[in-house]
Amino acid sequence: MTNPVHDRIKNDVTSNDVVLYMKGDAMFPQCGFSATVIEILNYFNVPYETHNVLQDEALRDGIKEYSDWPTIPQLYVKGEFLGGCDIIREMAANGELVAHFESVGIEPKG
Amino acid sequence: MALTAPEIKEMILEILPGADVQVQDMRGDGSQFAAHVVSDEFIGKNRVQQHQMVYKALKGKIGGELHALSLQTSAPE
Repeated sequence: MTNPVHDRIKNDVTSNDVVLYMKGDAMFPQCGFSATVIEILNYFNVPYETHNVLQDEALRDGIKEYSDWPTIPQLYVKGEFLGGCDIIREMAANGELVAHFESVGIEPKG
Repeated sequence: MALTAPEIKEMILEILPGADVQVQDMRGDGSQFAAHVVSDEFIGKNRVQQHQMVYKALKGKIGGELHALSLQTSAPE
């Protein structure tokens, strides 16, 4: 059985290296947890794209089913769900995140 | 009705018996919790899987009655 929203998510996360599903956008995050992940991505200066779940009810529900994860934000790297705010914050602090970016060939913007 | 820290701890322990669970009500009003869970069940699982186990213990309350839960999980050292 195919779900059009899941197909769209799969397409987005596999055709872009770093994708963040969040509340608001990179300029104006509308939730503290989303803002934290944006700050981290900006700090590591990697290219990313965002999707605002507040503007798309189907996406807001669909992304939670897709990853079996109940909260927003959700960060995907090379098609893999890496985590929500807590996990990304922990990985950023202990060096795992930058190591992961390096291991999959994602480099800071030049 | 908002959940309390002891209720959250109990729900996590139901699914992960024997785990070391600490839950803090960050503002004292049930709006924001932080939980730290250490369990043998986490051995061999990545962080996403560990968090998913805790979320399952909380039976869909995350995002509903339980808006903000900051979670940290690990296997015993």
